[in-house]
Amino acid sequence: MTITQYKSNGIRNDLIVYLCLLALAGLQFVIAYQHIDASQMLVRMLAVAVVEAGLAVMFFMHLLTEKRSFVMSVLILTIFVLVGMQFGWTDSSRMVTGAPFSK
Amino acid sequence: MSEADFSMEVHTTGLTVGPAFSIPTKKLAMWLFIIADTMTFAACLVAYGFVRNGASDWPRPFHSIVNVALMTFILLTSSLTMLFALRSAKAGDKAGAFRWIMITAAGGILFALLHVREWLALIHEGMTLFKNPWGTGLFGASFFSITGLHLTHVTCGVIALIVVGVRYKGGRYNTDDIEVLGLYWHFVDLVWMFVVPFVYLLNLAH
Repeated sequence: MTITQYKSNGIRNDLIVYLCLLALAGLQFVIAYQHIDASQMLVRMLAVAVVEAGLAVMFFMHLLTEKRSFVMSVLILTIFVLVGMQFGWTDSSRMVTGAPFSK
Repeated sequence: MSEADFSMEVHTTGLTVGPAFSIPTKKLAMWLFIIADTMTFAACLVAYGFVRNGASDWPRPFHSIVNVALMTFILLTSSLTMLFALRSAKAGDKAGAFRWIMITAAGGILFALLHVREWLALIHEGMTLFKNPWGTGLFGASFFSITGLHLTHVTCGVIALIVVGVRYKGGRYNTDDIEVLGLYWHFVDLVWMFVVPFVYLLNLAH
């Protein structure tokens, strides 16, 4: 679907995106009741949340229809910082398994 | 040429003439706020993940998903009604836009009430910022911090919706203001999409 088509479809598109978001939110609840490892559950839920966020940003917040230079600026800056924040995970595991007196 | 004239000339011939990215200034300011706020929430969620991963007795106190599912539905639907408000405003339907904005605000109020009810139930069960009956006290601190920060955003959003709606109806604000406010409201909804799985669903008692 092109940006022009998206703009012309109006409320119909809004409803489709809304229903997709509801379905994805429902999927997260289904995943919560699966009997799987917590780390696997986290990865699945995070993947669904990222898709939900992408839909909301692109269609509800209309980032899709903004200038490409702006879209790239927002996405690159945000993703860079979000990825940068992940540096401490190994240390959090060390708290449980590696550090003296950790338990 | 005086120093003031020279300074003026430098500013008008500089790189910042015209709005950056051809986006209205208010909208750009809101996007910058949203980016900054994304970092705030992301930092909170990463810190939460850090302590959750590092604690051996993390509690799983949630027995039912009904309340959080209802809250999610209400917040998602309020995002849709905000879109309807913007479309009505763009179509020149002032009364329709005002009505949809107030419906969105009502959704926000309902969400906040459900949230407060859930908080009160947890507090009644003995959960505070520093301790709870199920495990590490860090759970209460992180739960109340993250959901409290989100609830603060919802509350501010509801106030902003009412103020902007009334002023739009009175002719003091225009469609651009509704669009900017809509960005904020959708962002609040977006954050909730990450809070629900991390804070609620991963802590369901099976």
